[in-house]
Amino acid sequence: MRFNTIIYCLKQGIKNIFRNKLFSLASISTMAACIFLFGLFYSIVMNIQYMIDEAQDAICVTVFFEPGTSETRISVIGEQIALRPEVASVEYTSADEAWESFKEVYFEGNEEYARAFMGDNPLANHSSYAIYMKDASLQENLVEYLETIPDIRKINKSDLTANSFADFGILVGYVSGAIILILLAVAVFLISNTVSVGITVRREEISIMKLIGATDFFVKAPFLVEGILIGLLGAAIPLAVIYYLYGNVVGYILDKFSILNSIMVFLPVEQVFHSLLPVGLVLGVGIGFLGSSATTRKHLRV
Amino acid sequence: MIVFENVSKTYETGTPALNGINLRIEKGEFVFIVGNSGSGKSTLIKLLLKELEPSSGRIYVNNKQLNRMRRRQIPKYRRGLGVVFQDFRLLKDRNVYENIAFAQRVIGTPARIIRRQVPAMLSLVGLAEKYKSYPKQLSGGEQQRVALARALVNNPAILLADEPTGNLDPKNSWEIMRLLEEINKRGTTVLVVTHNQEIVDAMKKRVITMHKGLITSDEKKSGYRQ
Repeated sequence: MRFNTIIYCLKQGIKNIFRNKLFSLASISTMAACIFLFGLFYSIVMNIQYMIDEAQDAICVTVFFEPGTSETRISVIGEQIALRPEVASVEYTSADEAWESFKEVYFEGNEEYARAFMGDNPLANHSSYAIYMKDASLQENLVEYLETIPDIRKINKSDLTANSFADFGILVGYVSGAIILILLAVAVFLISNTVSVGITVRREEISIMKLIGATDFFVKAPFLVEGILIGLLGAAIPLAVIYYLYGNVVGYILDKFSILNSIMVFLPVEQVFHSLLPVGLVLGVGIGFLGSSATTRKHLRV
Repeated sequence: MIVFENVSKTYETGTPALNGINLRIEKGEFVFIVGNSGSGKSTLIKLLLKELEPSSGRIYVNNKQLNRMRRRQIPKYRRGLGVVFQDFRLLKDRNVYENIAFAQRVIGTPARIIRRQVPAMLSLVGLAEKYKSYPKQLSGGEQQRVALARALVNNPAILLADEPTGNLDPKNSWEIMRLLEEINKRGTTVLVVTHNQEIVDAMKKRVITMHKGLITSDEKKSGYRQ
């Protein structure tokens, strides 16, 4: 295709947007609303996922051993556990380390009481492994496995926390996915409608183009450009708004509800936009292309 | 150059338009196609433009069989045809220059060639001074001349004119016919569908008369027959 043909199609696509100002504006606005909501949910989901990941990192299963289990045996069990697919890392705490840690917390300020235990470790049978998982939802599998190991006396797990996090993450994902899908379908419909009006307005011109010998692509290209530009504008505007609002909203939440500081960790805007920007723009352009392409195929049979 | 072999066309509504037409038009000929409304004249033009498909029979243009032409080959085929309509079909939002240049842009002609050929075509049809005017600022005759310039700017081998003088007064009608004759002298095959008996009688060209989808007469240097 010649360069001046490409320029011609681009110019015509831009002109089309201005020819149907009201319809174009309606399409861009709806698109912007969709992408804004998409960006909003995307940011929320990313942050929730981030918080879940952070919280999951803290969730672990702790195992204790039967009295008299040798250090060698404990070490073998540790190696076996570390090989499991669910396991991210295993931390060993010996009985002495457990006692030292306990003393620091329990006898803080009254260290002289601890001296009474000199030479005797009340937690002698409390060496343990803290097992961190790749995913909190894998805890059940891991516990089932641990229960089959004969020398393990006790397993401390956190069922409720693990399942709740996993379930909450899935729920948020499904709900936002469904809302976004509905909004995107509306956007496709509106862009298709705008392009359809453009085709009706230019029917005479299109019929002349066809009789003169314009290819299908030449006839369709300006409408595709129109759809893509509407999609691009409809995505760029809300993304810019979200970029501006994100920092302010996060700052406001942390400022007004300082209690949340300890439990909520927000992602920086750059990290959110690292994926949101390309996803949002591709989505806008994709919807614009889909809407206009389907409509031109339907209305512009030569 | 143009050959119809036993061509019939019946519309989906069941209305017959052409009934076993056989016709041969040589390169460089000037041919009038006359007949009453519903005789099949416009259907014949639409078949040549590949706007319609024949129900049966074969059509050849420049040795290419239209029935076998693939969809994607149609634009290239149409670039070899110029077409003029009774209602001019100009783009109302573009001036004279743009209307003619449009025909070249559509087929991807480079801008420098457009800048050279459009003024030349405007001179040919006598509208060099009015290149900035919009269609509504022109008379019917002038609009038809713009349409003619648009049809010719891509140098087609065949010019199809469907009632080109249908909306014009006698003076403008004659101007258009003189232009068509001039274009024909330059080597373009010209097919004119018309009702204008005075023009057909005066020009003494080949006249094909149609009636109810059949060719009832085909005579060289002839006049209008009902």
